[in-house]
Amino acid sequence: MTSNQKLLTINNLVKHFDISGGLLDQLSLEKWRLVRRRTTVKAVNDISFSIYTGETFSVVGESGCGKSTLARTTLCLYPPDKGEIYYKNERIDTLTSHQLLPFRTRMQMIFQDPYASLNPRKTVQQTLAEPATFHNPGISSREVQQKVAEVMDMVGVDPQWANRYPHEFSGGQRQRISIARALMVDPEFIVADEPVSALDVSIQAQILNLLMEAQQQRGLTYMFITHDLSVVRHISSRVAVMYLGTICELAPSKVLFQTPRHPYTQALLSAIPKLGERRKRHTKLQGEVPTPIDLPSGCVFHNRCLYADERCVREIPRLNRLDTGANVACHGVEEDRLSP
Amino acid sequence: MGHLLEIIDLEVKFALRFGELTAINGVSLSLDKGDRLGLVGESGAGKSVTGFAIINLISKPGYISGGKVLFEGIELNKLPYEAMRAIRGNRISMIFQDPMMTLNPVLTIGTQMIETLQAHQSISTKAAEEIAREKLHKVQISSPGKRLKQYPHEFSGGMRQRIVIAIALLTSPALIIADEPTTALDVTIQAEIMGLLLALCESEEMGLILITHDLGVVSQVTEKISVMYAGKIVEAGLTQTVIGDPKHPYTKGLIKALPGSLQPGSRLNQIPGMMPTLTDIPPGCAFHPRCNIRGLICESESPALIGFDDYRRMIACHMVDKDIGILSHD
Repeated sequence: MTSNQKLLTINNLVKHFDISGGLLDQLSLEKWRLVRRRTTVKAVNDISFSIYTGETFSVVGESGCGKSTLARTTLCLYPPDKGEIYYKNERIDTLTSHQLLPFRTRMQMIFQDPYASLNPRKTVQQTLAEPATFHNPGISSREVQQKVAEVMDMVGVDPQWANRYPHEFSGGQRQRISIARALMVDPEFIVADEPVSALDVSIQAQILNLLMEAQQQRGLTYMFITHDLSVVRHISSRVAVMYLGTICELAPSKVLFQTPRHPYTQALLSAIPKLGERRKRHTKLQGEVPTPIDLPSGCVFHNRCLYADERCVREIPRLNRLDTGANVACHGVEEDRLSP
Repeated sequence: MGHLLEIIDLEVKFALRFGELTAINGVSLSLDKGDRLGLVGESGAGKSVTGFAIINLISKPGYISGGKVLFEGIELNKLPYEAMRAIRGNRISMIFQDPMMTLNPVLTIGTQMIETLQAHQSISTKAAEEIAREKLHKVQISSPGKRLKQYPHEFSGGMRQRIVIAIALLTSPALIIADEPTTALDVTIQAEIMGLLLALCESEEMGLILITHDLGVVSQVTEKISVMYAGKIVEAGLTQTVIGDPKHPYTKGLIKALPGSLQPGSRLNQIPGMMPTLTDIPPGCAFHPRCNIRGLICESESPALIGFDDYRRMIACHMVDKDIGILSHD
């Protein structure tokens, strides 16, 4: 399924948000002097990776680590501050929104909350027809109708319900409609931002099955953003673990779950509650996640890491490739201080 | 000695314009001192309503229409308002899902903790502050003296939930009802909070009712489990037994639907359809439209919760063979 062809390449992506507000908000008195200070949230810091055609690339991390920002920046929904985004060798981050239009049909997004992402005043028919008519101005209304029926059928919502409104559907069905909306323009690449987090277990399984089926039938490539590690393990081919705006480990799913190398990945994996297992010792992290406004120097994880030394405080670690195929950004792993 | 908490045939109804809805339909469970029970199910199963019914906090249009809630031998649902207030938040504490919603944003942590204590005990502010400091220390919050002067927004989500736990502990309750206490938190924080709650329950000999949809959390923290579906308990027993070897088709489906146990990439076992809304609960067994082993009797008759293995396991399913104790389709 997975090929060696790069569908999407991201180089040194940086995205910061200025939250300092107006000029007056930025001014403050310090030691009897008026200073102007800007506050920026450093959501994504120097991230590089590639996604191959046909694979499911997952990004995991805790809330606030910048995974959703990464997803949206990847699709150029947020303009990146620095870095390059290539879609099949074409650079897309420098394009105007008009020039981006042909790429929009190839890249689609599914959002977390099916209650918020569907327009409550539009029927399913209208919601689904909009992307089709917008991207293909010449399309006849009969063709649109056919396409809507076909896609609804594929996601398991009875096409007879096309004239109903979102509130008449349950959460699971709404998420099916969100998926249908993304499929309307026959995309190649879908970014799914926490698509099953708001759903119950039995419904979650239905939606995951649907996503996996759609991938097989249409050869889709997924970028899957989630905090649920058991879901990640089930569907992904490769996984990137994010912490405070940087990737700390990027590895094939199997390798990552068998031999996590980065201390943060190890702590994260040991925290998953397992079925039928009594409480086991999980690797405890010290303290709390620092704010992305004041990033720690050096390795962003150093103040919570059990193995941090002087170099970790000083120098930002780079992603290094290991023999197992994993890429780990950790001085300790690089220096062979940490046992696997 | 009687049970710490015993619920017998509890029924909760909501009186609406077009008629009455039954949210809880004959739920029975019991808890001894220091027991930890997990109440699991999907949204709409009635887990939270059960939790609220225990402390008599069902607000209109809902009401307890039948059954008993016995706590330390006292029938809670018959207690007058004032007497109930003396138990609620005192002998029984509650922890809710969202710590930002449960803490008052305009009062310091200290004020809220002292207020809680003084509502239940005649105690000086100074003594109350001392207890508050001790409980903050118990939930592993550093420099409690300084923290007491801070406001909820100055804490992170995990810290806030620790404070909520500390407040619940203030009056040394015999029972804590925790309604999805870690659902809003990240996994690493969840692991810490759950570990803390478990350790506290063990050291203080507190009973715990953990309401959650997360089977993983339940299997790590509780000894007993009750699985709810559409207002009824469908399976109950020891957590290890029920999760390791589920018998009811709904419990089975729920556990099989989890991605963890399967070969990555394979199709997940899904339960078709969805939980019925209260307005149209199917006749007979409420699960029968989604069940893969249903028989004719399931469509007309509601199955009773029957005990197996000396009542160590309770199952409500017509298709469970009483003599063998296993589902006939296996």
